[in-house]
Order: sequence, then C-alpha cells, then structure tokens
Amino acid sequence: MLSRFANPARFVRVSAALLPWCAGVSIALILLGLYLALIASPPDYQQGEAVRIMYVHVPSAWMALNVYLFVAAASAVALVWRHPLAEVAARAAAPIGACFTFVCLTTGSLWGRPMWGTWWVWDARLTSVLVLFFLYLGYIALVNGFDDPARGSRAGSLLAVVGVVNLPIIKFSVDWWNTLHQPASVLRLGKPTIALSMLAPLLVMASGFTVLFVTLLLIRMRTDLKQRRIRALQLDRLTPAPAPPHTESGLPARPVAAREGI
Amino acid sequence: MALGVAALGGATALALNAISDNLVFFYSPSDLNSRHITGAHRMRIGGLVEDGSIARGPDGRVVFRITDGKADIPVVYHGILPDLFRQGQGVVAEGRLMPGGVFDASTVLAKHDERYMPKEVVDALKRSGHWQEGAANPAAAPLAATAARLR
Repeated sequence: MLSRFANPARFVRVSAALLPWCAGVSIALILLGLYLALIASPPDYQQGEAVRIMYVHVPSAWMALNVYLFVAAASAVALVWRHPLAEVAARAAAPIGACFTFVCLTTGSLWGRPMWGTWWVWDARLTSVLVLFFLYLGYIALVNGFDDPARGSRAGSLLAVVGVVNLPIIKFSVDWWNTLHQPASVLRLGKPTIALSMLAPLLVMASGFTVLFVTLLLIRMRTDLKQRRIRALQLDRLTPAPAPPHTESGLPARPVAAREGI
Repeated sequence: MALGVAALGGATALALNAISDNLVFFYSPSDLNSRHITGAHRMRIGGLVEDGSIARGPDGRVVFRITDGKADIPVVYHGILPDLFRQGQGVVAEGRLMPGGVFDASTVLAKHDERYMPKEVVDALKRSGHWQEGAANPAAAPLAATAARLR
C-alpha cells in the first residue's frame, strides 16, 4: 500500500491532475470566507469590529500546529521507513508552516494592541507559539545546512519529531497557566463558546487555509522532485557514459533520485 | 527508541514543572496575601475591575480596585487604558506594590474571555436570564460569581 504511493513518478502524475482543483477550491473557499468574515458576520459584543482579525488569526494558528504535526509525521516516516516522498514532503511543508506561524504571530500582535493594550507579552501561549516558529526555522536551517542532503534530512527529521512535545504545550498553555490569552473557544470540551454566525466564517476560512496548504505543498514537492531530477541528469552528463573499469571507484555515487529514475 | 521517548517525556515533564512557577503570567490578589509577596520587585496582578471602584483624577490618574472575589487590591495608574477596560472586565496590571498596600501600575492590560457573540445574542441571553458573566471559563467561575454579586 505504502509502496504504491512511494513512487515519485506516480506522485508527479497524480499531483498534476489534483493541482488545478486544489488551487481553485482554496481560492473559492478563501474568497467566500473573506466575504463572510469581513462583510456578512456581525461585530462582537465586546470587541466590536476588531473581532474580524480572528478569522485570519485563528485559522493560521490551527494551520501552524497542524502543519507542524504533518512535518513531524512525514519526518517519522522518513526516519523509520526511508520513504522517498516523506522526506520531500517534510522539507516542502516546513516553510509553509513557518509562514502560517508568522501570520498567526503578526495578526495576534495587531489584535492584541487594541484589545489587550499591548503588542506582545511573554505569557505561556504567546511564548510557546514563538518557540514553534523557531522550531520551524531551526528545521529549515538544519535540513539545508549539510553538504549531503541525506544527512541534513536525518538531523532535521529528528528535530521535527522531538519538537512535537511543544504542540500540547501550546494547546493547553491557556489551561495550565495564568495567561493573558483567553482559553479555547472552538476546540474545547463542551459546546463552542462562539456564536454560529461567527463560527461559520471561521470554519470556511480554516478549510480554505487547509486546501491552500495542500496546493502549496503539491507545488513545492513537485518543484523539489524536478530539481532533484535536474541534478541527477547533470551528474549523468558529467559522468562519461562508458566508464572504464579502472576509474569506476573514483566516480561520485549517483544520487538516489537518479537511480530511481524520477 | 522507547527509551528515547521515555527520556524525552521525562525531561519535558521536569522542565515544565521547573518553569511552571515562572510561567504564571500574573498573581491574583489572594495569591498576594497567601504568598506574602512584598513590593520590592515588579509583578503583575490579575483579576476583575471591581464595580463602582473606578475613579479618575484631574491629572489623568485612574484609581480602581482589582478583585478575585476573595481579596482585592487598590491600583493607581497613570496613562491610556485599553478599549476593553471597564467595570467587571478582566485586567492584568503590571507594576510595584507600594508600602501602603496600593499597587502602582505602569501598564494595564485588558483580558477578554473566549466568548465571541454578536451583541444582539448577548442582549437576548441577558433578557432571558441565560447569560452568565465569565461562565464559559471554569477557572473564572469564582470571579464570575463575585462579578454577579457586585452587580
């Protein structure tokens, strides 16, 4: 089952068919979500119009956590089963997740200034999300920090898997400690504490962001696979085709991508 | 592998336990009594703005009381208050405890709860008596009770 999808050539074929659909659906959902969030939804009883920042802030925060979980899961698969696509997927997803985290932090700051009266405080929720942002940056720096990409990926995968401990800390920080940030409104025990007229645009935006992530992930994975193929072809051209036996040991090993014919 | 996971879990638990005291963003007025905290260092006090306690001086000074239902503390603040600052609102004040027991705040931050609702819904809930101040948050329940009593 796994090996069916492990074939990068098949992935390139399937993703080419999926990509326009994903792109179209994400644009449609986000446009609909923005209309609902900015125009059709009511102002909040306490926060007035400023509550509209939530419709970007909260989906970004969810994506920041979910994408990290995806990077960590793909890294674990890459570490354990050496799945060739898992490593590509983890590398491709990390910068997207970092962007969602950045959007979450900046919109939160813009929201905090009028509502709380401050751009930033070092409370447990805000600090743990900042740690998540640095985990993303650390992962990206680590996987690109080695001359041998395979070594970089193994080191990065390990970091990504260990960093998962931060996710429950972020989620439950508002329950475990006194924080300036309020507790969860939607993903909580019991009914959501958000009115349906405000929950609907939030969920539309969240699904739009999710499909946007899939779209960007497919584009980035395809680009990465093509770059590997280009490198493999270049190496092939540098290598004299009928290699004389006595020089064979001195030749650089051909990369995995070339051997698998992606 | 399992050993690694166990070691990681243990290390995380220890780290969380060690820093949990420092992760407290603010103290409540009753913490102040029970922990015998003195005013030498900067700290944060969190609670609800007691109803009817807000007084504004001519020089822009604001005096109010922060309460958690069991204890309360007078606060003096000079500056611009956040939009959400009002009676019964959750606030966090940062500053020093003065010798007379008055908290001299340099910053006042407003806390809001996790409820998002249009004004009409809240009005309807209040009319029907189903609206509870701070009821959505169990941790704030004692605060909510106080707020209800004060109102």
